Amino acid sequence: MAKTLAEKVWDAHVVRKGDGDGANAQPDLLFIDLHLVHEVTSPQAFEGLRLAGRKLRRPDLTIATEDHNTPTLDIDKPIADLTSRTQIQTLRNNCAEFGVRLHSLGDAEQGIVHVVGPQLGLTQPGMTVVCGDSHTSTHGAFGALAMGIGTSEVEHVMATQTLSLKPFKTMAINVEGTLRPGVTAKDIILAVIAKIGTGGGQGYVLEYRGSAIRALSMEARMTICNMSIEAGARAGMVAPDQTTYDYMEGRPHAPEGAEWDAAVEYWNTLKTDEDATFDVEVDLDADTLEPFVTWGTNPGQGVSLSQSVPSPEDFGDENAKAAAERALQYMGLEAGTPMKDIRVDTVFLGSCTNSRIEDLRAAADIIRGREKDPQVRMLVVPGSARVRLEAEAEGLDRVFKDFGAEWRFAGCSMCLGMNPDQLEPGERCASTSNRNFEGRQGKGGRTHLVSPVVAAATAVRGTLSSPSDLEPAPEPVVEPVETPSASHAA
Amino acid sequence: MEKFTKHTGVGVPLRQSNVDTDQIIPAVYLKRITRTGFEDALFSAWRKDPSFILNQEPFNAGSVLVAGPDFGTGSSREHAVWALKDYGFKAVLSSRFADIFRGNSGKQGLLAAQVAQDDIELIWKELENAPGTQVTVDLESKTVVCGNIVAPFEIDDYTRWRLLEGLDDIGLTLQHESDITAYEATRPSFKPKTLPAKLS
Repeated sequence: MAKTLAEKVWDAHVVRKGDGDGANAQPDLLFIDLHLVHEVTSPQAFEGLRLAGRKLRRPDLTIATEDHNTPTLDIDKPIADLTSRTQIQTLRNNCAEFGVRLHSLGDAEQGIVHVVGPQLGLTQPGMTVVCGDSHTSTHGAFGALAMGIGTSEVEHVMATQTLSLKPFKTMAINVEGTLRPGVTAKDIILAVIAKIGTGGGQGYVLEYRGSAIRALSMEARMTICNMSIEAGARAGMVAPDQTTYDYMEGRPHAPEGAEWDAAVEYWNTLKTDEDATFDVEVDLDADTLEPFVTWGTNPGQGVSLSQSVPSPEDFGDENAKAAAERALQYMGLEAGTPMKDIRVDTVFLGSCTNSRIEDLRAAADIIRGREKDPQVRMLVVPGSARVRLEAEAEGLDRVFKDFGAEWRFAGCSMCLGMNPDQLEPGERCASTSNRNFEGRQGKGGRTHLVSPVVAAATAVRGTLSSPSDLEPAPEPVVEPVETPSASHAA
Repeated sequence: MEKFTKHTGVGVPLRQSNVDTDQIIPAVYLKRITRTGFEDALFSAWRKDPSFILNQEPFNAGSVLVAGPDFGTGSSREHAVWALKDYGFKAVLSSRFADIFRGNSGKQGLLAAQVAQDDIELIWKELENAPGTQVTVDLESKTVVCGNIVAPFEIDDYTRWRLLEGLDDIGLTLQHESDITAYEATRPSFKPKTLPAKLS
């Protein structure tokens, strides 16, 4: 029978088929290849194991990192916030007790759990990956079935290395065409969410397909899969291809030699069969896409950057109308205001959505040689300590610092403000993160979700801006370098 | 887990769509390492507003939350379910639940009952016209009763069975431990292991 990518990965992990058929079917028991753990959603799960006298079944398929609570300054000092410090110490104690590998603050592999897994080569095509964090969908960029789970399920995976799950429906997101300069993966996913809504993906695994997706780098695919959850989907996936293999080859935990060949042979089978059908298909035109930005308090409330703040009257549905009214009030926005007239106080470049090396490079390319709007504070938080080191080796830290941005240590930071990196009440932020919920980045904070290049352009102008709004940067002063002439080269 | 068959309590109309888990419990409360004691955290930002529904009698003593569509979106934090339960809620009614929230509810014995939006609107009106009206949620017959309104609700059969029986998931799965062991023996050797650690 013809299958979609999601169905193939599902079927390859069924430990035990649920009894019964159709609506009465019990869930399947699925094996979990990789369990990622962090300090916030794990303490109660470890405690559950302890109380029941259970072991953690597969420490060799489990890895932990500290990310949500960690400070991004003074990381060599004890964590000032006592409850944060206790939670992190609890993770350290639990990992030691149950034999789990942990990358702690200060370690070169520490960072946001969804940056660390792929960077170590632990995320691979065709795997099942779970974590007590909804943005686990990120790992679907490799053709893995990757899902966020709650703490009870975290405990279940710890005890059994499986999850009981009912099969999902499948949705194809077809993105055809070529992105224009300044338009990125972030704009694709924000446009998808605006189109299908925050509940549009509920009960579905999304598969992103089409020429525009195939042309994307792994970092960009991760950005898209990351935000699948903001459309309500359980997971998002991209079929693996040469781009995937090139990214993976040589990473610490990637297979080697004959194992690599065997793996690639298997990975090559991980694509939706031509005659397979999706339950739903959605099309998006990449050619006409513009930089996208949110105006409201859920990720579906977005428009093209060249548009204006919508009016509640634009929405037919009563609930959507009420939600828009409430959002405008919270955001302190008037309907009809051009998005590009909106002034921000803070620019946040970071989060599991957009904190990888490519994101930092893209933003650095925009600001290099330009000046920051003096009123704007810009925070740059690399996704992992490794990304930070890589960026420093390329001199990106200097670009950000010269621009006047704050260059921080790795973690979730201002995406959710569990550490000291928070917005003040009423403060407005252009953020490369994933959620513009009320109070998400700090009580009373106002969030506009944007791509890294829009974030960078906004930091220059002080108002929501796309790179095409910028004056040309002054020519950099470079030392003359002798280059061989064409005749020499020949 | 406690068995859930039927519950009757004061209904709370929450006329709002897209109630995300950051609203149900802001991240600042997630630093705790316990599984209980989150009642103060529930809707903590909204509860600062005196006009918020849970600041009004008799709704403050409510145990059945009647919410707009797309309830529980966003973060996977199970703390959202713990906070609702700790406050005293036994059931949430909505026309659409986020998948992870629905799953978390089922694990913790909080009934997430999917009710058609038309019926939600009727129940909202009833609760607003006669504050303090009791809502009965009957899991056996899958019906909600509020005043003269009788509405069916949906819940998947497996979760319903587990709630009715009060069954523990891990215990159920471990009955099939030999299947897990057999599956493990078939896994390809190229699949990665986190241990021993390899570093860049």
